[in-house]
This record gives sequence, structure tokens and C-alpha cells, in this order.
Amino acid sequence: MTPLILSKIGEIVSKKNLLTDPVHKEAYSYDGTPLLSKLPEAVVFPENKEQIAQIMELANNENFAVVPRGSGTGLSGGSIPVDNSIVLVMTKWDRIIEVDEENLTAWVEPGVITETFQTRVEKMGLFYPPDPGSMKICTIGGNVAENAGGLRGLKYGVTKNYVMGLEAILPSGEFLKTGGKNFKDVAGYNLRDVMIGSEGTLGIFTKILLKLIPKPQKSITMTAYFDTMVDSGKAVSDIIAAHVVPAMMEFLDHTTINCIEDYTKIGLPRNSEAILIIELDGMGAEVDEDATKVVAALKKNRSTYVKVASNEAEALTLKAARRTAFSALARVKPTTILEDATVPRSELPVMIEKVQNAAKMFDVTIGNFGHAGDGNLHPTCLTDERDEKGIQNAHRAFDYIFNEAIKLGGTITGEHGTGLAKKDFLESSVGSVGVDFMQKIKKSLDENNVLNPGKILTMKPKCEGALPKNREQIHDFTHTHNH
Amino acid sequence: MDESPLQKTLLSGLISDDLLLQCMHCGMCLPTCPTYNVTKLESSSPRGRIRLVKSVAEGKLEVNDTYLNEISFCLDCQACETACPAGVKYGAIIEAAREEVSRENLEPLKVRAIRRFGLNFIVANQPILKIVARLIYFYQASGLQRFLHDVGMFKMLGGNLGAVDKMSPKFSKRFSSDMMSEIYTPAEPARYRVLLPLGCLMDVAFADINSDTLDVLIQHGCEVIIPRNQGCCGSLHAHNGEQKKGKELALKTMELFKNYDYDFLISNSAGCGAYMKEYGHVFDESENENIDENSMGEVTESQSKEVTGEENFAVKFSSKVKDISEFLYETGFRAENYNYEGRITYHDACHLAHTQKITVAPREIIKSVGGVKYSELNEASWCCGSAGIYNVARYDDALNFLVRKMGNLRATASEVVVMANPGCMGQIQHGTEKYDHKMEVLHLATFLNRAYKKKKI
Repeated sequence: MTPLILSKIGEIVSKKNLLTDPVHKEAYSYDGTPLLSKLPEAVVFPENKEQIAQIMELANNENFAVVPRGSGTGLSGGSIPVDNSIVLVMTKWDRIIEVDEENLTAWVEPGVITETFQTRVEKMGLFYPPDPGSMKICTIGGNVAENAGGLRGLKYGVTKNYVMGLEAILPSGEFLKTGGKNFKDVAGYNLRDVMIGSEGTLGIFTKILLKLIPKPQKSITMTAYFDTMVDSGKAVSDIIAAHVVPAMMEFLDHTTINCIEDYTKIGLPRNSEAILIIELDGMGAEVDEDATKVVAALKKNRSTYVKVASNEAEALTLKAARRTAFSALARVKPTTILEDATVPRSELPVMIEKVQNAAKMFDVTIGNFGHAGDGNLHPTCLTDERDEKGIQNAHRAFDYIFNEAIKLGGTITGEHGTGLAKKDFLESSVGSVGVDFMQKIKKSLDENNVLNPGKILTMKPKCEGALPKNREQIHDFTHTHNH
Repeated sequence: MDESPLQKTLLSGLISDDLLLQCMHCGMCLPTCPTYNVTKLESSSPRGRIRLVKSVAEGKLEVNDTYLNEISFCLDCQACETACPAGVKYGAIIEAAREEVSRENLEPLKVRAIRRFGLNFIVANQPILKIVARLIYFYQASGLQRFLHDVGMFKMLGGNLGAVDKMSPKFSKRFSSDMMSEIYTPAEPARYRVLLPLGCLMDVAFADINSDTLDVLIQHGCEVIIPRNQGCCGSLHAHNGEQKKGKELALKTMELFKNYDYDFLISNSAGCGAYMKEYGHVFDESENENIDENSMGEVTESQSKEVTGEENFAVKFSSKVKDISEFLYETGFRAENYNYEGRITYHDACHLAHTQKITVAPREIIKSVGGVKYSELNEASWCCGSAGIYNVARYDDALNFLVRKMGNLRATASEVVVMANPGCMGQIQHGTEKYDHKMEVLHLATFLNRAYKKKKI
């Protein structure tokens, strides 16, 4: 990137919001994704939507890429810089603009931290359920861009179920408003849902309207121990078959249990092959009735012990411990590669076995945990990036896992996104027509492929670089390409 | 693996490849980092700094002013270690990076002066420290200090000198080492035999706390041994990029204390306790690593073997180190002997909460004292900005963290804030004066000794 372009960016956002020092570039070269990183040309902190629009216009004119970023906790490489790119950091946009108690909605800026928002609305007796593992630091903007899930997906759904409206700057620099406070709104295509989960490739969010629900008044949290993983899987199926929908039903295997226990020391059963952490919530007595049914299903499937949390503090500690699973697994080996293959929940016991097979077949250590209730597993390969063969084996194991998941009617990613990490598997999951549809959407909104290019999809340009624009350029272009 | 790429590089030998790779950059440390909270910049976060150190070590990034600033901006409070599920040893990484910066003479002159002259010459040498402390005492007690502030001398000199001068602890008239006997026995049959280190700065600037600690230990039924000719334990050095001097002082400390037979060694200073608990690890590692001939300083290899070898003395030494709160709590605190009417809150010292993981013991002790109305401090384990020599080296930044702490303290509406680390006391005391906030700042030992006397009345 030329100094001239950098100085133009500096003029737009003011010098203090443009960082070009190699130290800062290094610090924004990665996100939470293992093995991937790249230096950006600059790190930019926009202050208002006009600045973002101007940056997008400049990017189109000067042919550089813009990579939006929140707190950088993503796991598919969505905010990792690409060739000739600037990182656009939105963390300073952290205002909760309005909580509307009559409509049960809230307007927030994209840099608001998920947990901060939850705490704020819970004080008002309201509830915002999406709770990704990184909720202490991840941003709402990032959650919407990745359509993040979490532990409560089974009963409460994921981020997309709580986004009512959006404001965004499109790749062209135009300003889009979509959705609003209406619970019913069928005017035209549902553009809001096209933007949700677009992983920063279709627009940069500047304001988000979230849906809130009343906070459940009562909850029961319990841990069930098992001697085999398959028993735990069957227990999950039986609980669902008994028409109970827990707020949370988390599965942890032996390796994960021990890593979490090493970190938290809260007394998880180190000898168990698997545990389920189950939370039931609701407004009153139905919670106790559900608990009885759940305990019966657990006992029927040979759970060796069922421990009910005696108070809210104990339940919170347990859930917080579960959220550390991914990072705690890094205690075993320096490199942890986490995936989120997801299957229809009836196939969960089969999928758990497939993951065990993969570990044996490719001689890799895999810790397995995940959201059992919604079929979303997190097989995590524990390896060492300095060991080339180990990394190769890990990739082969994941190829196998993804293929098996798809055969079972599942998907390559339940909640982390496609980004860079799972791009190669996209077609096998959504089909060639699906990929083509997505490419057409991207192309129509981002003609020059400047907004987070290379994520989700590989756009195949007819030539290298930006497409020609004015008459002279077109002349030169056809001239060169005809020879 | 035969040879890692890191071994050929700048930081080689200081930080191992494994230590750096342990970080999987998940970002769980970010919300707990006081400096990230101020700048909202990734380079001011633990995850960012680990990345920077790693890149410098691999030769991918050149050391520049921004790097140096981020390395020294870190408080080394280790809140990130508490938050890290992967168990990354961030403290070890940042301290090694500082060591490198210091060895290459890359830091600002002011910091180098504090480090070289203040830490290595004065603090490391108790007789010299005592002479300096005596001079400072006369300066403070004679009215000269007030006079200089009144006539605006410090403003003329410029910088933060005036503020730093006001913030420095009030030095004691008499030092603990000159007042105390070698052995104290309780009235009852002794329950434990404990050794009390007087510390370097504790001895000369916080003599009252040492004497309160002694009283509390006797009240607890302990026979207390106070060895003569004590010096610095090396904590300030080791935590500020002077590993070599730190190890040297650690060896001297163990050499002296090994002549005594005791059940526990009781620390009343969080940083010292943390480092003395690390001795076992520090010397265990240096046996396996390739120490170059200079790394042990004046201590010869045979001397080092003598202390660390045979029965692995350092490990045994460390296993007996207990913080005063930890010791009282684990051995059954006798709350019935204490009473204190008042609203009390508690501030966590970083080296106690994050390094030693002690948070429950002091709170339970305070709450169990009759008459106490306890209120929990919001962000209690958020660094106050004292952080060893941080508030001298980076006064303005330290003040930033202090303001936040004072706001939280005010919100508790407490009359007394208790803590168990002299560094924090100096800083928070400065805060109460600067922001005119009426609140007593007491060490846990002082609080308990007062509560004991109140009960007697």
C-alpha cells in the first residue's frame, strides 16, 4: 500500500485513528483461529459511519481490502487480514443506545461486549440468551456477523433469532437500514437475514437492534456422570423424547473434563468417560416437573451419579467452567484446532463414535465436547504446530469428520462460520448451486471484491486486480487481454 | 524436537518455545487486563504482548519504541494468568522480555536508573538501604519535605518528581531489625514455630507492620524466630527484569534461613511471598537449563549446588512459605480473640490474588472478626497501579489505575480498607490524600492487632 493511500485514510479518520507501526500491525495479524495470521497494511479505528463509507469508497477506487474486526475471538479466520488490507476495528463503538421495555428491544453499537449487554438487561428483568463461549470479550457485531451460537441454542436459538434490525455500510459505501421494531414485517426480501452470518463480507454493521425476552424466574442445573460416551448420547435422546427442552445440555468427554478440572478445580469427576451439564429453566413449577423427567432419563441410561447444583453461585461456576473448555484443552498440547461439525441431534451418538474413530484412524488426540442438545459438537484436535506430520494427520482427521457429518445430514460448521478455515468444505455442505448463489450475492454487492475478500467464498476474477472502471481503462484492459 | 527456530534468536534461553506456544490467542485474557481496558489496543493486551515477544524472538519484528513502551506499560499484575484457561505463564514471558530489554540497555534512562541504582545497589544491600532510609526519614520528619513542596521546588525541577516524592512511603523512625529480638515465645505452649522475614523495604519503611505481624503471630500461639542480618529476598529484582540479582539474593536468603528449624515462613508482603514460593521452581529450572557463566552473579556454581542440590532445598524452602492470611486461615483463625466495630472492605494485592491465588483466606478472616460490617469491593483484584516500581517509573499511568480503584473504594462507603501488601498501601494511601477521601488504609496484620487490643478492652 502506497504512503499516499495511507495518508488518504489518515485524512478520513484523522491520524490518531490510523496505526501503521509494525508493532500494532503484528498485534492485529491474528484472531482466535489457530495456525492462520497475516500482517495488515494498517489498523484503522473509524469514529462514525461517514468515515466508514469514505473508507469503502477509497478501497474501491484504490483497490485495497477492508477487513472488519471486533475483539478478534473468531474461530474461522473471519477477521484475519488478507493481501493488501487494512483492519477496521469496531471495539470502540461500545454504546448501548437504548433499551425499549415496551417493545422488548435494544439498539446497540457493534462493539458492545456480549456479557456487558446481558448483565445490563438482566438487571432490568430481561434476557438476551445467545451466549458464545467467549461472551466475556466478544462483541455483538462479531456475534451477528458470525451468527454465533452458544450453550443455550437448543431452547432459545442463536444470534439470528434475536436480531430484529440492522444498519450497515455496504461494500460500495452506501448506507443500508433493514428490519426494525415490527414483529411482523414481510416487505420485500429479508435482507436482514442475508446480512446476519455474512462474516463481514457484505457490510459493516454500525447499529444493531436486538430482541429481548423476559428473564426466566427459576432454574435448576445438574451434572450427570457416565462411564461411556454412548450412554450420555442416548440419555440426551431420551430427554428430548420425554418432551423436555433444557435451556442447556452440554457434553464433555474424559479429556475435556480433566483439562477443565486442571484449570478450575471445581470438583469435576476425573474418572468419568463423559458428563452432561444440564440446565432447566422456566417461570415456575414446570421446572421441577422437567427435572424429575430428566433425572429418570439419566438413570435409565446408566448415569452413575447426578449432582444438582445447590445454589445459583454453584450453577454459575459450573457454566463458567464449561465455557473455558476450548482454551483449557490447550493445557495438553501447544496447538488446539477446534471444529464445530454439527448433526441432527438424533444422530449425536453416531457422530460421537465417528469422532472416536477419527482419533484412532489418524493417530491424533481429540478432546470432544459440545452442545449435545442441538447436535453441535466441538471435536478439538490437540497437536503441535511444529510437528508437520501431526498437523497433516489433524487435517485428515477433520476431513473425515466433516464428511461423516455431511453423510449424517449435518453441516461443516454449526456456529463458528466458514471464513478461511472451512472454505474448502463449503461446496460439499451447501452444494454447487448454493455456492453459485452466494457468489452472485457477493458479486452484486461488492463488485471489486474489497470487503473481507477471500472469506467464505473464493471469487474467481477474470483478471488479476480490480476490474477496470473508466473508458480508457477498459480500452487498455481489452487491449492487454486480447494479446 | 532437536532444534526449535526460536533457539537461535534474541530471546533464546530466556523464554522457551513451549512457553510462547502455550498461548492459543483465544482472547479470554483481554477483559481482565487493566492496560487493555485503558487503550483498547490489542498491543496493550496480554495476548498481544505475547505475540509481540514471540515475533521479536523469532526475528520477525524489530524492537522499537512502541514495543518498549508496551512491555513497560504492562503492570505484570498477572490478572491474565488467573483468567487464562490454557495456563499460560504470562508473568514469566513478560519478565524475560524485560530482562532482555534491560540487558540490551534499551529502556528509558529513568527506568534504568531505578533498576540499576535503586534496586541493584541500594535495595539489594540492607546496610546501605538503612543509611538511605535514615536520611529519607530526617528529610521527611524535619519538615524539609513539606518546605520544598511549599516553595514549589518540585515544580521547578519539573516532571512528576513532586508527585512521586509525595507518594513514597513515610520511612520509619526505628527499623524492625533494630527493635526486635531474635526469638519470641507465646504465653501458651507454642502451636507452631514460625520464621518471620523482615523484608528490605518493610524493615525500614513499614516497621510498624512487622511489629503488628509479630504480635498477631504470638496471639495465634506461635513461637516466632527473627533471624539477624536479613536482606532482600530478590522479589523486586526478579519481577522487574533483574533475574540475575534476584537469584543471587534468593540464594543469600536461603543460606541464612537454613540455619533455623521452623514449621512455616510467614510473609506479610505479597510480592516477597510470591517470589519465595517460586524459589523451588527458579532453582529447579536453572539446573536443567544451560546457565551461562555470568547468570549466577557473585554466587559460584558450587555454592549454588550446595543450596539447591542434595535434598532439593529450594523446593522444600518454598513449600514452607505462607502468606500471613493463608497461615492464619489454614491453621484455624481464633476469631474469638478479636473485635472491630466498623465498615471494612478488602483490596486484593495482585501478587496475592493472581500469583499466589489467595483470595478467600483474608476475606474469611476479616468477616469472622466480631463487629465487622464487611462490604465487598467492586473489581477488588484489579491492580491499583502500585505494581512494584511501576508507580515510580510510570506515574501518570499508575494514577489512571489509582483513580479507578479510588472510585470503587468510595462506593463501598467503608471506613477502613484492608490489604496485605505494602506496595498497594503506599499507592492507595496516596490516593486517599490526593483525592481527599477519608479512609484508613491498614495492613491485615495491623487491622488484626488493633482488633485484638479492642477485644481486650
